[in-house]
Amino acid sequence: MRQLLQLICSALVLSPGTSVALEFNMPAGVTQTSQSIYGLHMTIFYICLVIAIVVFGVMFWSIFHHRKSKGAKASQFHGSVLVEIIWTIIPIVILVAMAVPATKTLVDMYDTSESDIDIQVTGHQWKWHYKYIGEDLGFFSILATSKEEIENRKKKNPNYLLEVDNPLVVPINKKIRFLFTSNDVIHAWWVPDLAIKKDAVPGFINESWTRIDKPGTYRGQCAELCGMHHAFMPIEVKAVSEDDYALWLDEQKALKQAEAASTELEWSQEQLMTAGAKIYEKNCAVCHQADGSGIPQAFPALNGSPIALGPKADHMAIVIQGRLEKGMPAFGEQLSAVDIAAVITYERNSWDNKTGDKVTPAEVQAVMEKQ
Amino acid sequence: MSEHMDTAHHGPAKGWTRWILTTNHKDIGTLYLVFSLIMLFVGGSMAFVIRAELFQPGLQLVVPEFFNQMTTMHGLIMVFGAVMPAFVGLANWQVPLMIGAPDMALPRLNNWSFWILPFAFAMLLSTLFMAGGAPDFGWTFYAPLSTTYAPPSVTFFIFAIHMMGISSIMGAINIIVTIFNMRAPGMKMMDLPLFVWTWLITAFLLIAVMPVLAAVVTMMLMDVHFGTSFFNAAGGGDPVLFQHVFWFFAHPEVYIMVLPAFGVVSQIVPTFSRKPLFGYHSMVYATAAIAVMSFIVWAHHMFTVGMPLTGELFFMYTTMLIAVPTGVKVFNWVSTMFKGSMTFETPMLFAIAFIVLFTIGGLSGLMLAIAPADFQYHDTYFVVAHFHYVLVPGSVFGIIAGVYYWLPKWCGKMYNEKLGQLHFWLSFIGVNLTFFPMHFVGLAGMPRRIPDYALQFADFNMITSLGAFLFGTTQLLFVYIIIKTVRSGKAAEQLPWDGAKGLEWSVPTPAPYHTFSTPPVVGEK
Amino acid sequence: MKRWFNLTTPSGLICAVCVMFAFGFMLVPLYDVFCEVTGLNGKTKGQYQGDVISSNSERMITIQFVANRNANLPWDFSPQQEEIALKLGERKQTSFEIKNTYDRAVIAQAIPSVSPAVAADYLNKVECFCFQKQPLEASESKQFPLVFFLDPALPEHITKLTLSYTLFDISETATASAR
Repeated sequence: MRQLLQLICSALVLSPGTSVALEFNMPAGVTQTSQSIYGLHMTIFYICLVIAIVVFGVMFWSIFHHRKSKGAKASQFHGSVLVEIIWTIIPIVILVAMAVPATKTLVDMYDTSESDIDIQVTGHQWKWHYKYIGEDLGFFSILATSKEEIENRKKKNPNYLLEVDNPLVVPINKKIRFLFTSNDVIHAWWVPDLAIKKDAVPGFINESWTRIDKPGTYRGQCAELCGMHHAFMPIEVKAVSEDDYALWLDEQKALKQAEAASTELEWSQEQLMTAGAKIYEKNCAVCHQADGSGIPQAFPALNGSPIALGPKADHMAIVIQGRLEKGMPAFGEQLSAVDIAAVITYERNSWDNKTGDKVTPAEVQAVMEKQ
Repeated sequence: MSEHMDTAHHGPAKGWTRWILTTNHKDIGTLYLVFSLIMLFVGGSMAFVIRAELFQPGLQLVVPEFFNQMTTMHGLIMVFGAVMPAFVGLANWQVPLMIGAPDMALPRLNNWSFWILPFAFAMLLSTLFMAGGAPDFGWTFYAPLSTTYAPPSVTFFIFAIHMMGISSIMGAINIIVTIFNMRAPGMKMMDLPLFVWTWLITAFLLIAVMPVLAAVVTMMLMDVHFGTSFFNAAGGGDPVLFQHVFWFFAHPEVYIMVLPAFGVVSQIVPTFSRKPLFGYHSMVYATAAIAVMSFIVWAHHMFTVGMPLTGELFFMYTTMLIAVPTGVKVFNWVSTMFKGSMTFETPMLFAIAFIVLFTIGGLSGLMLAIAPADFQYHDTYFVVAHFHYVLVPGSVFGIIAGVYYWLPKWCGKMYNEKLGQLHFWLSFIGVNLTFFPMHFVGLAGMPRRIPDYALQFADFNMITSLGAFLFGTTQLLFVYIIIKTVRSGKAAEQLPWDGAKGLEWSVPTPAPYHTFSTPPVVGEK
Repeated sequence: MKRWFNLTTPSGLICAVCVMFAFGFMLVPLYDVFCEVTGLNGKTKGQYQGDVISSNSERMITIQFVANRNANLPWDFSPQQEEIALKLGERKQTSFEIKNTYDRAVIAQAIPSVSPAVAADYLNKVECFCFQKQPLEASESKQFPLVFFLDPALPEHITKLTLSYTLFDISETATASAR
């Protein structure tokens, strides 16, 4: 018992949360919309507080003064039309007063016209895809927190569960229009500092907009239950100056070309294995598990599987095309030829799988092109 | 009021078959109450798992897929297994006693409507042991997560929901027929005690929306098994349609779970204030207004799905408007206490806590009604805090208050007042410790239904978990108090509460197996 | 034993239950009507019959095309042009390229959606590949035309709209009716 108490006390004092400032309230955010929402929120909160103080004040005053133990005699009144009309009218007046600013903010939020940049946001189980419309640029954004941290084998960093590999980069002072849709189930894209929360519905598009005032990194999460790893698909938005944004765009395009070039390069077995381990953890371990054991009834084991030990061509086919009816995505759409080569090499030479095979990016590229 | 005549019929049957075959409203009421108490602990133990996992950041106890099953089952069991049957149980005991009827109008139907429930929940709970696990798509089961992407157990879930729906509908029909046809001679509608009135309105809500729930799960069943596309965009359906139909059911459902509690509190507050209820007529009209308006506010649960501006505005205004009749009720209760002569026995303590904490839940509901602000609140712990404030210290406290209030009449024994007060204070502290910090984490940005969270939410989550453990364990004390009362409580008086009025107190204590075989005559007021 | 009630109340209530059950299903067509009237959810209308409504308005509208594939359907699917600027009432033709990269025949259905949703009512499609299900042989590729015009009554505040198509694999059910 004492041990438990000690554990609780030490947990309370030294809990990892103490390194991060405690937050009680909604963030005011970095856009005009988010600030007017914050204003609305506080106004309504104060109105509610006043109502509560008045109602509970009368109630507790009665409780203290009109108690039998103090010799209070009960009056027998049981109604007053005037009083009832008054306390029906007053709330209506308060409500109208609240509805006016709320309506104004809402109308403003729905004005998506005249945007400078359009970004399509697609929810996937369990990652986000961003596509810059008109820029020939798109990428996945996946949780970057390591499995060790989630499983408590490593100290959690301050951005635990709120960090991604490729953040969404946007310029400040530009009207950015987001288009939301989903690849599978309903997700919701939510960044509190931008005050955007919109459902991503499969088959349909929704829109919303923002104009960010301040450079910085703004973090959010998926807000609609979307299955097993709903908690593990964060959003990271990096707002930069317009010049930095232009630089970043160029850099991304250069990277894309470099990636294409790297397919041509000669990769050693070790290089592929190291790269493959990382890709495996990020893309495959969620279902097939870090030790390749899978989840019975749901996701097949890779360790000792006939595909990982069988012909290379079948293995490549299943990774590139997926097995959609079973929930295996087509990674040919999501990963580069180098990544696929690396991860297949890794899967064929890890755990008890000892094929000694090496799958080269060129081989993968050939399969992908043939389709 | 006429004096009560007890013409002795035969007593209850002997042995366990009494409970299977009974058509007596008191037996069935007891069955419902015991069943809901069991379900409270089943659902509570799932909450225990949830809060234990959320005690600290990181995954410690359960895997995310099991966590999702727990949140789903916790919600379903508490809504359909704990709160709703408990109110039906109270209605079974009290409605005939309060209107001077010898039994419910349709006693056999009554027996069936109870006995469906154990099978429905056995089926629902059995999904936990199936391949692929129990339903894991939240108690709101949004398509396509609950159709195309659902575990195979979804079929059993659908049938369980159907059975619960049939049970509720039969119970509701029974209550309406009883109230319409079996009132004591001379008792007009506007003489009905408020508990009966609120239940009458609740029963109409049930009749109106439970079939819609049945329809929506039937459409799901057809989508899953028969290739239709009600909710599948690929075949011309629409996942958002699911949410519209679901919330068309589920918003009135919210009031189904709280209106009878309004009724219980409206009985208790006058008794312990020794003063008639303030504004009886406006209470009835306010209840009816809430019920009617509950049909035109549903889409406030869906402000973020991408509705057109006019839709958002319409649902924002109607939702704000519903605060008016709700406010009237709170003002009436406070005015009933005002200038009364109050004592604070356990039922009154729970009733006062109900008024205070339900109002807090109502005010946070008002905040949620503001559509632009809801973009920040939606699907966060702020919402979790809101609906737990209206359901736990709301509905559940209302039920507990009712049980303490009527228990002496039911079993003829008095509960231990000291223990009752201890139960109240521990529950009160536990509830607030659990649900108040949820407002903070929600505002700070913690989404609901996640098994693991970012570090800035850690401290409040730990407090919430500790509060939940306190609240959960405290309810064992409730069970102990009830068992102790029934077994060895002091004999209760004919009128255990000196301020209590109404037909139910005119029968002997304990209430005999058959009451009002000769109807009482309600005199002129 | 004396019956305590007449049968009117329970039978009336049972009728009410049946009516509400039917009403649950009625909500489906009602919702479609509602969507059509309000443009809720950005659902587009079916094939436009009749003449193009011309207009003298010089207002220029930008229309964006977005192509998505549901559940990672491994097809190449892209608009010929990502953006077109056009006048109200001007008939335009564009096309989408679809290639089945799968090694078997697949039947797909394209689902259109317009944002802002209110604009959906003013987008009239004379010809669209989304009206039929689209079977494609393994590795087959096709150009699909889209002919449309914007109703001159398009609300003033709209300057840009997005038409998105999501491809769904319906090979298994293939029961979907044409939209």
